[in-house]
Amino acid sequence: MSTNPVLEAARPAARAVPVRRAFQLREWLEREAVFSWLMLTPPLLFLLAFLGYPFCYGVYLSFVRRPVAQPATFVGLGNFVNLWSDSIFWQAVWNTFRFTGAATVLKLVGGLGMALVMHQNFRMKGVTRALLLLPFIVPTVLSTVAWQWILDPGMGMFNRILMYVGLVTQGPSWLGNPTLALVSVILVNTWRGLPFFGITILAGLQTIPTELMETATIDGAGSWQRFRYVTLPLLMPVIFIVTTFSIIFTFFDFQLVYVLTGGGPANATHLMATYAYSISMGGGQMGLGSAAALAMVPMLGLVLVAMSSYVRKA
Amino acid sequence: MVGELTWPRRLLGLWVPLAALFVFALFPFAWMAATSLKANAELYDPAANPMWIRHPSLVHYIDLFKETNFVVWIGNTMLVALVSTLISLLLGVMLAYPLARMRFPAAGLLAISVAVAYLVPQTLLFVPMADLINRMKLGDSLSAVMLTYPTLLVPFCAWLLIGYFKTVPRELEEAALIDGASRWRAMTRVILPLCTPGFLSAGIFAFTLAQNEFLYALLFLNTSTIRTVPVGVTGELIRGDAFYWGQLMAAALLGSLPVVLIYSFFVKYYVAGLTAGSVKG
Repeated sequence: MSTNPVLEAARPAARAVPVRRAFQLREWLEREAVFSWLMLTPPLLFLLAFLGYPFCYGVYLSFVRRPVAQPATFVGLGNFVNLWSDSIFWQAVWNTFRFTGAATVLKLVGGLGMALVMHQNFRMKGVTRALLLLPFIVPTVLSTVAWQWILDPGMGMFNRILMYVGLVTQGPSWLGNPTLALVSVILVNTWRGLPFFGITILAGLQTIPTELMETATIDGAGSWQRFRYVTLPLLMPVIFIVTTFSIIFTFFDFQLVYVLTGGGPANATHLMATYAYSISMGGGQMGLGSAAALAMVPMLGLVLVAMSSYVRKA
Repeated sequence: MVGELTWPRRLLGLWVPLAALFVFALFPFAWMAATSLKANAELYDPAANPMWIRHPSLVHYIDLFKETNFVVWIGNTMLVALVSTLISLLLGVMLAYPLARMRFPAAGLLAISVAVAYLVPQTLLFVPMADLINRMKLGDSLSAVMLTYPTLLVPFCAWLLIGYFKTVPRELEEAALIDGASRWRAMTRVILPLCTPGFLSAGIFAFTLAQNEFLYALLFLNTSTIRTVPVGVTGELIRGDAFYWGQLMAAALLGSLPVVLIYSFFVKYYVAGLTAGSVKG
């Protein structure tokens, strides 16, 4: 472009056209919608390719019979019908609900207790908080392997201590007895998730103004009444969010059971996720496994509905 | 708290429960350490006090380094976690910035989709994902997990960053625009530098989640030298029915160390991320 001012002044019309077009392009890029979509497109394409597409493909797979390395044949609802009449599948469903229910209650009650204990003045609070959060930080598989060793029937820590203090001559088979195995799985999940509840609820507690507590005390409320009528109602939003998140991630848990018991003994600890894995990867039936995994979607939907109705109410 | 507590009440209300919490949370780590430092003769001696170490020994650590690919697994885990965290932060910013600070049609719908995507667990998608990765000829490579981990981390990073981006006043951006800056400049020079704590929170969190991931690694990493610590330990240190507990505990302890060290430097940001968005776990 010419930079001679005299020349340009002499030809105003010729100058105006290219400059104006460049100006428009810049203007267009500066529009909020254009700028936004230019930024959004790459991550959205990525998520569509690696999240949206696998989901749709999984739905398709659940309607076909597809053994490993063989072509698929359409079977309609056949996979779901098979699951419906599969007693191990129903056992896994029942286990998943018991596991999620018990672990969530334990984590919630324990976490609330932990938060109330931590919500006092004492030294080294930061270090305490960091240390108590360790179970949640450490890779689950590694801590679960340690738990497997703690629960080992012969030389594990629990039974060694029981025998060392002379309480029993032979400790129980923590992972070999169906009931105890489910209890153990719940215990390990609680161990890992309790600090998450504790620290998050503690953060909620710290947002409650102390004036409210003082006013309640002046009005004659005892410590239980302060907790019941002041603390708890104000904590409800935090408790609700933490609990719904925890329900989802406990319901869909895989690695803890896969490592600790592998679903055994006799399917007593199989969760829907580990069962779907054993059908598809162990049994090689991709269609049936995909259907078993998709059977977990209603739960996800239920929690999402509960969440959105709660958010709308608040 | 209201009022001063007397010392017996403080003992019962604070120190006793706190001690119980410490024991509950930390005894597995003590057991790991005690096991890993005992030679087999002492480890499997039924007469020995299980919580005491009479003859400390590093034999399990030496075996771990000499007989297995443990060092390679640690390297792989760090590499995968680092790459997938960086990808996720970049894509997360690109997703979060417009959703938090721009007005355009469909913004609300997209924000909800991000939240839903965050809640979709890998357990739901692993069957089709395995097929997809195999058809892309990425099976048995670190690229497979570097590509699939961000599917879990991008929605999380975006969700957390939306919260941070919203805290920066709109006037700052408008002032920059009036001074002649483009939207891109306003973003990179004004808004993003102010959100450094948000990046640290999202980054440290994504990093710990990536270190923790197991299912995709189990599906995609078969060759010993490309495994991450969780699949290496469960796949190779447990040989059939024989458990080498000393070596396993040494591996569990050392495998946890990097993430614990990094966490200890960024506890503040980790807790901020934890309480800001609620978390997978």
